Amino acid sequence: MELKREEERYGYFLITPSMIVVFGVIIIPIITTLVYSFVNIDPLSSHNGEFAGLSFYRKALTSSEFWADLGRTLYFTAASTAIETIFGLMIALLLNEDFPGVKFLRSIIIIPWAIPTVVNGSLWKLMLNGEYGVINALLMRMHLIDAYQSWLGNPKTAMLCIVIADAWKMTPLAVIFFLAALQGIDRTRYEAAMVDGAGAFRRFTTITLPALRPTIMVIIVMRTVEKFKAFDIFYLMTRGGPANSTKTLMYDTYLQAFTNLNYSEASTLAYLIVLVVVLMTLGYIRLMRREDS
Amino acid sequence: MEHKTIRRSIGPRSRGRTVLYMFLGLVLAVGVLAPVLWMFMTSIMRPVDLTAKPLKLIPETTTLERFRQIFSSDNGSDPAYVFRIALKNSFIIAVAVTILSLIVGSLSAYAFAQVRFRGKKGLMLTILFTYMLPPAALIIPLYRIYSRLGFLDRKGPLAILYLSFIVPFIIWVMQDFFGSISKSFEEAAQVDGATRLQTLYYIFLPIARPGAIATGILAFLMSWDEFFYSLIFTSSLSSKTMPVAIAEFNGKFTIDYGMISVAGILGSAIPVLVTVIFQKYIVMGMTAGGVKE
Repeated sequence: MELKREEERYGYFLITPSMIVVFGVIIIPIITTLVYSFVNIDPLSSHNGEFAGLSFYRKALTSSEFWADLGRTLYFTAASTAIETIFGLMIALLLNEDFPGVKFLRSIIIIPWAIPTVVNGSLWKLMLNGEYGVINALLMRMHLIDAYQSWLGNPKTAMLCIVIADAWKMTPLAVIFFLAALQGIDRTRYEAAMVDGAGAFRRFTTITLPALRPTIMVIIVMRTVEKFKAFDIFYLMTRGGPANSTKTLMYDTYLQAFTNLNYSEASTLAYLIVLVVVLMTLGYIRLMRREDS
Repeated sequence: MEHKTIRRSIGPRSRGRTVLYMFLGLVLAVGVLAPVLWMFMTSIMRPVDLTAKPLKLIPETTTLERFRQIFSSDNGSDPAYVFRIALKNSFIIAVAVTILSLIVGSLSAYAFAQVRFRGKKGLMLTILFTYMLPPAALIIPLYRIYSRLGFLDRKGPLAILYLSFIVPFIIWVMQDFFGSISKSFEEAAQVDGATRLQTLYYIFLPIARPGAIATGILAFLMSWDEFFYSLIFTSSLSSKTMPVAIAEFNGKFTIDYGMISVAGILGSAIPVLVTVIFQKYIVMGMTAGGVKE
């Protein structure tokens, strides 16, 4: 009994410093933000400080702007997660083979991931430039376009550009996860399948894919949560424009808070994002538990 | 007939397949390296060549003038000077955050993995949740608190914000490493009369060292990459970080892509070198945090 209490004290003693750092920063703001979403915070209005109930949530959920933001956020999230997962898997399968130069490829594949997000954004902005960008120059030379295009200035292509820029940086992460999983597959299983006469496609669907399933799930859930919160690359490449075509929930929250100074609206949006992230996190935890057992 | 098929598929791989792999590998290498090389080319091209139409991919003359400017300028309003100081600020903050978060985080990770205390599970889940929390849900109250405390535009308080999301990450990944160490080490050490802190220091930390290196590198990269808090909380040379300086370059009316590329290269140099050199550790740290075996 005495020993157990001592053990507990030791545990609390060890975690105290990090709990102070983490909860010291988070607790008051996270509660205050929740309060802001239920109270009218507008220093210039006579209603400042009045309890608003759920009216900010109602306002957000009934506005077309919110649903448009959400649609764009989901488009970005789904498109870039899909590209990363599919290309990540294909590249990992290639790099798992043995051929001249594969060691070199394995060591450079991680480079895009290491480039800071903001640098990645400005790199693609530079390449996509409508007046003298290298992508326009190359496409012209290949006769794929007949005039320079303003890729980031066009509401039809801006989001796609961000998806590509983001996927270029983050696909290596998926490659690394898949490579680690592929190397954990027992080689003799493939040999046994070959003796049984299973072709390459059969071997892929009956051995590789089932073995990679947990990794695929983890990548999808983990990346979806991250994408949903993405901000940096939007700020850098388009700032939500042109014509709101790249304005996501996260970017709108930033605009409401720091450009329009609508604190209550911003807090409400932030909490709606939290709600989605919580749901996704719970899904993630359940997934880990299931894969563990 | 049967015999023949088996021979073909497990025998030495056909040359055609190796050639195909090498071709795909080449495409991949171009896809990975071309944007990086283009950033480098832009950084050494003369302004006339940068805006030339049609664009020459390989210019006749190049210039290192911009790099010289970054390292020599001492004019306070010169972007080159601003960038150099921002780089220095980023470095100071990242080093401090890495060291502090490793110390504080690994103590907690050890407690979560090896010590029995009440509320452990709930706390661990809360920690995971705080790591996934979007900073937008904290930012408005945080800004108000920080401005009241006189914490705006200062490196130390900014580093505290970084700790609040990097420490949870370290705990999450490191407890996995600590968890894989057998309890019998600790019992043996206690029989020999070592105190618990001694066993932690002399037994567990050396075993967990590869894990600590891996998470330490990731902590450094996370701090180096951070943009949102820095954008909101820094305003002058005394705390502005590299990503914010690059975003400012991009936000100018006349964008100097040559200078942005120089900044991008210098901002990427440390993370890219660290990542390529310590790739093994990084892969270990990333996969430990995401996929449990």
